[in-house]
Amino acid sequence: MRRLIFAAWLCAIVMGLPAEALREGGQAPAPPPPPPRVPAEASREGGPMPAVLRAYAAVDADRLAHPADGDWLMVRRTYDGWGYSPLDRITPANVARLQPVWSFSTGVTNGHEAPPIVNNGVMFVATPGNQVIAINAKTGAILWRYKRPLPEDVVLLHATSRGVGLYRDKVYFAAGEAVLVALNARTGEEVWTTKVAENKAGYYMSVAPLVADGKVIVGASGGEMGIRGFVAAFDADSGKEVWRTYTVPAPGEPGSETWPNGDQWKTGGGPVWVTGTYDPETRLTFWGTGNGGPWMGDQRPGDNLYTSSTIALDVATGAMKGHFQYHPNDSWDWDEVSPPILVDYQRNGRTIKGLIDLARDGYMWFLERTSGPINFVEGRPYVKQNVFMSLDPKTGRPNVDPARQPGTGREAEFCPSHWGGKNWPPVAFSPKTRMVYVPANENLCTAMIGRPVTYTAGRGFTGMTNNLMIAPGADHIGEVQAWNVDTGARVWTHPFAGSTNWGPILTTGGGLVFSGGTQDRLFRAFDAATGDVLWEFPTNSGIIGQPSSFSIDGKQYIAVQSGWGIDSRTMQARLNRVRPGDFPEVPEGGAIWVFAIK
Amino acid sequence: MSVDRRALLLSAIGVSLGFAQDDPASVRPKPGDLLTKVGDAGKTPLTPNDIPLAAGYTAAWAMDPADNTVRSGSRLNQVLLLRFDPASLATTTREHAADGVVAYTSICTHNGCDIDQWLAKEQQLFCSCHESIFDPRDGGKVLDGPAPRALPALPLAIADGALVVAKPFTTPVGYERG
Repeated sequence: MRRLIFAAWLCAIVMGLPAEALREGGQAPAPPPPPPRVPAEASREGGPMPAVLRAYAAVDADRLAHPADGDWLMVRRTYDGWGYSPLDRITPANVARLQPVWSFSTGVTNGHEAPPIVNNGVMFVATPGNQVIAINAKTGAILWRYKRPLPEDVVLLHATSRGVGLYRDKVYFAAGEAVLVALNARTGEEVWTTKVAENKAGYYMSVAPLVADGKVIVGASGGEMGIRGFVAAFDADSGKEVWRTYTVPAPGEPGSETWPNGDQWKTGGGPVWVTGTYDPETRLTFWGTGNGGPWMGDQRPGDNLYTSSTIALDVATGAMKGHFQYHPNDSWDWDEVSPPILVDYQRNGRTIKGLIDLARDGYMWFLERTSGPINFVEGRPYVKQNVFMSLDPKTGRPNVDPARQPGTGREAEFCPSHWGGKNWPPVAFSPKTRMVYVPANENLCTAMIGRPVTYTAGRGFTGMTNNLMIAPGADHIGEVQAWNVDTGARVWTHPFAGSTNWGPILTTGGGLVFSGGTQDRLFRAFDAATGDVLWEFPTNSGIIGQPSSFSIDGKQYIAVQSGWGIDSRTMQARLNRVRPGDFPEVPEGGAIWVFAIK
Repeated sequence: MSVDRRALLLSAIGVSLGFAQDDPASVRPKPGDLLTKVGDAGKTPLTPNDIPLAAGYTAAWAMDPADNTVRSGSRLNQVLLLRFDPASLATTTREHAADGVVAYTSICTHNGCDIDQWLAKEQQLFCSCHESIFDPRDGGKVLDGPAPRALPALPLAIADGALVVAKPFTTPVGYERG
């Protein structure tokens, strides 16, 4: 495998920093040689290893489970998926003075969705184009850059990465062509690579790996091409596969009775493209699964377990210990790939060890996690939803309005749209406000009609045509919503009149919510309690990246990638055809931004 | 990874790339190649009359006329054949057409999805992945969506009544991979 490591600083754009800061390591007196962890030819070009890398703090299981306040070691910072930093130096009182400290051009276009992951001052950022960049988080100086050439004919329908995982002295990256890569955190050198699935058959990866129990856990995208979804774990040291659990059961396995029609399970979908959450207490990891393939439910009779579900897997063995299917026999492209976040909440006077998911089907699901089964507690719509007429009070199974379920040759209109009330961008939860913050798209609906489709490996297997529509009378689309998890009541909503919202959310101990997501390229800070916009800043492109927060020498920073693309771009283009001129093109091109109070 | 192992791997990849470049099923369509419908086990060479007039696309592979090797070894080789009234074609497109039949790559120049829909009313090609729209009567140019450039065309001719490839793709088949 080719690997490219550049120690040049060509793409660094550092504002207000002396030139020396850009040449970290290059001008310093010769330091002692780094420990011989990699062959000599694999070390960085261009001089001695920078001090921040020599001092790299290896990540262990305890640090993953209990990260220092100033670190952001995994995609949502903590296993519970909260997207919450306890750092509290930046507050509603001073956030108006938030300013850029440095920015850094990634050199690529398309959708930049990964968070800046920060370990003790070293930042790792994944971008589209199979790239991982290591940067000095304080100065913006590049440390190393890894680029893995994509095959010429790669099947990669969503050319993005949602982040890297860290463990010991390695960085784990899910390459687009469905290859898992372990890099040396100090040098960017490949340590091992493992083929996860066959890209020519439509499997590709965009997920950030989850590191737990000494394993690196990933899933694959490709539901549009009739893959059979799975979650798989690999030994963190060797890359050897430890277990693989399919999201669509084979004949004879539990749940296979929900695939009564021959070999359809082989192409049944259920892709996985968002990192799961993990409960160290029960050692269960929770993953969301995508919709079935092909897209029309009438072409694959049955409930189609475990599509559009959350599954609970034993981290040691991969055994499925529980599941909850949000809606059976999906016909709306409602991938439910966001994993539920782990939040213990109050209901009827008791504390429930909970799971909460803001699903693409437009419902907010309150569930209960146990050492195995997942129990339904309640569900309610958080955007316009005209498909579910009711939920079974015991099981949560929706009673679907057949007039709102498209089929083969049968068009149906439904809300929310096939992109869902919320797509992949993650929610955040603050233990201080007890609120979950939701990037939603309200007032969108879809008309969809199915057509017969034949499976060909690696080719489209959706079998449908759709039109996106804006609900009559709509005065906005994008929203940030805040819900109190203990009362189940909505506390505030911030609408975006002229834009959709594709912005992942960060919340902080300082009482703020950070998010972008809109077509005006703004990155915003909201008052977490009230929803008031306290600060905003126009970046280079639209922000669909996951914001993070870290601290160095006691100073708090906010970091995010700006780089519009993929589904946000598609939705904007389609809306601009529905209402020409109202949803203008957003400039593309990726950059990392880091902000602090000056 | 040790030096030796990497050298071994690089060497293996070199061998594999060399194989792909020489593999007659994987090389790009060549002048003189016949065309055969995707999925046609009989490998019947297509003629202009097999392509419906102004009524959607026919997915096809190039085929070596010497031994009927279908060049389906790379998804980048697949083409879409469409037939129009030659008078309705732009000048350059007409020059690339044979009896009104034009051929374009099936691979969207944006993210490499397969172009998968025909907009009958507008007579346009549509990629449902990211909503790019192309004009097959005017060089495959981009009419809407994120695709950065026109679809590469495969110039055609007629030989013994069959459609054949006249020239290689007008531009490289490929796409933005991030």
